[in-house]
Order: sequence, then structure tokens, then C-alpha cells
Amino acid sequence: MKKIVIALVLLAALALALAAGWVLSAPVMPQIVLAPYSPDLANGRTMFLIGGCSSCHAVPKQDDATRLGGGLALPTAFGTFHVPNISSDAKDGIGRWSETQFIAAMRYGISPSGEHLYPAFPYTSYHAMRTEDLRDLFAYLKTLPAVSGAVPDHDLIFPFSIRRTVGLWKLLFLDDAQFKPDPAQSAQWNRGAYLVNGPGHCAECHSPRNLLGAVIAGRRFTGGQSPTGQGGVPDITQDKLHDWKVDDYVEVLDSGMTPDSDRIGGPMVEVVANTRQLSDADREAIAVYLKSLRGK
Amino acid sequence: MGRPAGAALAAAFLVLGAGAVIAQSDPIATRKGLMKENEDNAKIVVQMMRGQAPFDAAKVDAAFAQWAETAQKLPSLFPDNSKSGQKTRAAPKIWTDKADFDAKAAALGKVVADNRDKAKGSVDALRAAIPAVGNTCDACHKDYRLARQ
Repeated sequence: MKKIVIALVLLAALALALAAGWVLSAPVMPQIVLAPYSPDLANGRTMFLIGGCSSCHAVPKQDDATRLGGGLALPTAFGTFHVPNISSDAKDGIGRWSETQFIAAMRYGISPSGEHLYPAFPYTSYHAMRTEDLRDLFAYLKTLPAVSGAVPDHDLIFPFSIRRTVGLWKLLFLDDAQFKPDPAQSAQWNRGAYLVNGPGHCAECHSPRNLLGAVIAGRRFTGGQSPTGQGGVPDITQDKLHDWKVDDYVEVLDSGMTPDSDRIGGPMVEVVANTRQLSDADREAIAVYLKSLRGK
Repeated sequence: MGRPAGAALAAAFLVLGAGAVIAQSDPIATRKGLMKENEDNAKIVVQMMRGQAPFDAAKVDAAFAQWAETAQKLPSLFPDNSKSGQKTRAAPKIWTDKADFDAKAAALGKVVADNRDKAKGSVDALRAAIPAVGNTCDACHKDYRLARQ
């Protein structure tokens, strides 16, 4: 009798936990109200470049960074992610998305159909972006070519294959605050901090992650694992780069050349292909901010 | 030729021969040396392009000559026994996609040959020619070179 009572209590607790998990993990479509706006396409392109959209979303094995048909496979400990089509194609891309749907995806990781998006898409950084920058980026993306063709579904291991798990993950790890400038720092430093931590999402690769795949907050920029599954990503704090001058960071973001006659490799090649197209002012702002990154 | 001179010559040949053997038996050091030279030459050329150094056709030609040498030697510098050691950043993919890797080395050789004479002409011609060369470097580094640690 006692055993039955214990079993019933445990069952009830399990049911309650499942119910609570189901409720807590539900995607909540945010209310986004937008005032009339005429987008700045040049700024949209800047956001596209610093955001590195093409590094993941451009069709692999071709040179046109504006053909965002997706298809790249990202191998991870949770399975393989297949990068979606975000071209302006109405059927397979984001051609039919509204501006608010785009902002919901970029800021909260919620798809137009109300599902959670996996954080392999770095909305954990993009959430910091200013609304105007997101609107400009969306307008710019709409000017890029439509590429038809759907990509396969993600191939993930249980339980991560259930999208609701992302809801619980977000409760733990998604900070939904937008970027707040530090008034003690210069405008240039703040511009760099915004570009690096918001659209640039540098910490997503340059930081170690915990067992659930979230960036470890106290160890941002201290080095991580390559998104390609081959090799690591270096520590870019002053622990490692104390000899670098601000100009050295500017150089690497422009030409890919490091102060010791070396050259960047791996996925950073694609990052530099983008950063070399930014303005000198933006590269310098990024450099000033990076030079201020303390180590462990 | 007296005996001391003959001995010196013999010694010189020995040293040269030993150097060649080292180059063959230590492909990691050889390819690292070539890449370092590539980048030193790239720096010289980039400084000219930016007006930080005067345009010098001879230095441009020397850079292209060295890059051509790299392109020609690259495919032979990644034997199976050189996958690790000496902090190499060669990606394992080199040995699984060797045909593509070799094709990318050939692409470098072609772009260097195609642009060598043009680039020597003037600083504007140099500016026009270099991006194509740089893109070829990057195309290979993206897939076949690991990040620095």
C-alpha cells in the first residue's frame, strides 16, 4: 500500500514537472509594434556584413555571398544543423516574412509559425541589436536574389530534436536585453562593443560553451570550438593578445594579416571577407573595444 | 684548385645536400617557412598599395616569384607523415580532399602567373591585381587551415 502511494506521488510529481515544462517551454509570440519607417539600405548592408549572415547562409561551394539559399551543414554535439534558406524567395526563403516576424526571429528566436528556433542561429547575440538596425537589415535582405530550394530538416539527437527543449534553454540562457551603452566609455568604444556583441556575435565562436551548448558568461572571448567541427577558435582577450596594438586588430579585420606575419585561417577567413568591407571607422571601433577585453 | 679550397667546396656541397635532405624530410618546417615568406612578401606589397612604401617593380616581381614557387611546391609538402607536430595548423581535410587541395594550389599558381607582369606595371595595376591573389590564398585557408591557438 505504502509503495503504491509513493509510486502515485512520484507519478503525480512527474506529470506536474512535465506539465510545468510544457507550459514554461511554450513559444510566446512577442508583441512588436513598429512605427512607420524608411529603411537605410546602406546601413542594412553594414549590418549584413558585420552580422556575417552569408558566412552561414550563403549557398556552399560558390562565390556569391548574396545567394542566401542555405544548405551548409553544421556538425555539433547535439547533431547536425542544416542552415536554412533566408533568401528573398517567397516559397523557400523569407520573401513572405513580415518585418515583425523577422524581428521576432532575430531577437527572440521565434519563427513566423511560432516555433522555437535553435540557438545555432545566434539570436543570443542578435537580440542586442537596435530595432532600426534590424529593420534596415531586413530591407537590405529583401533586395538580394531569390534562391529556390528547401534544405533538409536538422538532424539532432533526442531530446534536442524536440523544439520545446529550446524553450527551457531560453529560460536559462537567453538574455533579452538590448545593448546599453556604457556612459563611462567613449562613443567609439561603445560602437565597437555594440558591433562585437550584437550583430558581430564574435563571442559565439570565441568563447567556451557549457554542456547545454550555451556560452559561459564569465569566459566570453577566451576561446572556443570551431563551428566546422575541425579545430579550435583562439582566445582574443588580453591574456593572449596583450602584444597587439589597436592598429593590429584593424589590420587583421582588413587584410587578415596578423602582426607576426601570420594569416588567419578557417572560418575567420569568411569573417574578414566581411569586415574588410566595413568602414574604417567601424573597424577602428571594433579594434578599440577588442583591445579592452580582459582575460580570465 | 688547392686542397683547402677543394675541401671547402666539398664541405659546401655537403651542407647544401644536407639542407636539401632536411627540406625533404621536414615538410612541416618547409611549408611553414614558405608561408611565412608569402606573408612577408604580402606585407611588402600591401604597404606599396597603401602608399606606405614606394612602388618598387623589382620587389613586386620577387614577391610574385616567391608565391609561384609556393604554388608549385605546395602539393608535395603534405605527405602522410606530416599530419601533426610542430604546432601545424594544417587541417585534416587536406588528406581526405587532396585532389581539391591540389586544385587550389594550382589555382594560386595560375592567378600568380596571370598577374605577375601586370602587377609590375604600376601601383594602380598592383592594386587591381592583388585581390585576386589574396582571394586564392583565402579560399584555401578557409577549408584547409585551422585557426591559431
